[in-house]
Amino acid sequence: MNDIPVIIGRLTESFLLNCRLFALTLLFSLPLGLLIAFGSMSRFQPLKWLIRTFVWIIRGTPLMLQLLIIYFGPGLLNLGFSWPGGTSGRFVAATVAFIINYACYFSEIFRGGIESIPKGQYEAGQVLGMTKSQIFFNVILLQVIKRILPPVGNEVITLVKDTALARIIANKEIIMMAGEYTSKGLIWPLFATGIYFLVFVGVLTLLIGWLEKKLSYFRA
Amino acid sequence: MPVLEVKDIEKSFGTLQVLKKIDFSLEKGETLAIIGSSGSGKTTLLRCLNFLERPDRGKIIVNHEVIFDAADPVTRRDSELRKKRLHFGLVFQNFNLFPQYTVLKNVTLALELLARERPDYKQRKKAILEEIREKGRNLLAQVGLSDKLDYYPHMISGGQQQRVAIARALALEPDILCFDEPTSALDPELTGEVLKVIRNLAERHTTMIIVTHEMDFARDVADRVIFMDGGVIVEQGSPEEVFGNPREERTKQFLARYKGN
Ligand SMILES: Nc1ncnc2c1ncn2[C@@H]1O[C@H](COP(=O)(O)OP(=O)(O)OP(=O)(O)O)[C@@H](O)[C@H]1O
Ligand SMILES: [Mg+2]
Repeated sequence: MNDIPVIIGRLTESFLLNCRLFALTLLFSLPLGLLIAFGSMSRFQPLKWLIRTFVWIIRGTPLMLQLLIIYFGPGLLNLGFSWPGGTSGRFVAATVAFIINYACYFSEIFRGGIESIPKGQYEAGQVLGMTKSQIFFNVILLQVIKRILPPVGNEVITLVKDTALARIIANKEIIMMAGEYTSKGLIWPLFATGIYFLVFVGVLTLLIGWLEKKLSYFRA
Repeated sequence: MPVLEVKDIEKSFGTLQVLKKIDFSLEKGETLAIIGSSGSGKTTLLRCLNFLERPDRGKIIVNHEVIFDAADPVTRRDSELRKKRLHFGLVFQNFNLFPQYTVLKNVTLALELLARERPDYKQRKKAILEEIREKGRNLLAQVGLSDKLDYYPHMISGGQQQRVAIARALALEPDILCFDEPTSALDPELTGEVLKVIRNLAERHTTMIIVTHEMDFARDVADRVIFMDGGVIVEQGSPEEVFGNPREERTKQFLARYKGN
């Protein structure tokens, strides 16, 4: 029961939940964050302030609280829908909470990045007859990406570690799994989880560094 | 026959009226220099012609076509303005090159994007793009930068960057090319190379409007000179008239300040 390969196997298996949560959150929160960023810069004032208030609330409250509210809220508030039962429901709820939370963080980084691009870049595009979307995708976007890569990288690394919070709504992620062994008097699985995180973060750090280097060919 | 007629353009920012009844015309192949002290509205005028600002009143007529009329809502639409602004080109004081693209790509980007709207783009894509690049190379040769095609903007000097910006504006073959103080962001030793390119364009009878503080250059290159002050055109005429024999007191005072330097 307590032999090392079995425990390692179960830790690895539960870490896949952290990885899935990480990947799904990134996949959806990055584009959603861009949409929210556009909303928070909208010239239509009611939309702008609605979005900014929402972002303020999400960024101003603990992710753990958001997980609990999103998981229990629909059922207890009679919202007319509830999460599917069992493990899949808990995972979907966690994923939704993470996506919303991270989209809001990313949106602020995107907004800062977009607003930091000099007006002259837009005007140069306009004068050359480009459309608004041509200017955004062909002139602005890559400059924004270059500028926001360091803060986005930090968020991505924080996300890896935040996935452990999913246990609050009983998602069996790696630390929860290790905790089961701790309660049986075994401490090393807990240390082992640290190695999983370190390796994952290490790989990401290399990847982000590589991307930064790729974009160092120009100055913006 | 004038290429450009500007009729009673007015523009305010809030309560500050920056342009008042600006009225002038420009013949094909002419070079017009606009001079005037800081804050007199020169930049705003160029920005109005390029639709970076929208005039509150007045008309802009190019080749006898009314491309903008403040009183006609149809001509004020964004979609209309995008096509019509291509009658004008603008070279900015601080270049505004696209940092992530090579010198050649800076010149060709807008043409490549425009080409996508051509009906034969899909079938002839390769040939079209090669034509555009060829055109870009020719323009860069014209401004003396054939050896810098693959450089990125940060790798070349300010004077070279401004010459790229000129080639970029020329690529779209505007009827009227505008310059907003093209040399004032440059170190003094780099202004010469840019002025030489502009002089060259004048000799080829490119229709140009140049806002400048380089009085000797304006006198030398321009066919006509406009002196602006406080948002109005105070005086206009040939360089000999405006510089050599100004009628208005304000023009005299302005020019005296430059002679003093
Ligand atoms: N977007 C704006 N909002 C408010 N005021 C503006 C704006 N743009 C220009 N102005 C004002 O309009 C006036 C004319 O400015 P403009 O830049 O056209 O002058 P200029 O002749 O180009 O001056 P300079 O020689 O310093 O470049 C100035 O008083 C300026 O402060
Ligand atoms: Mg100016």
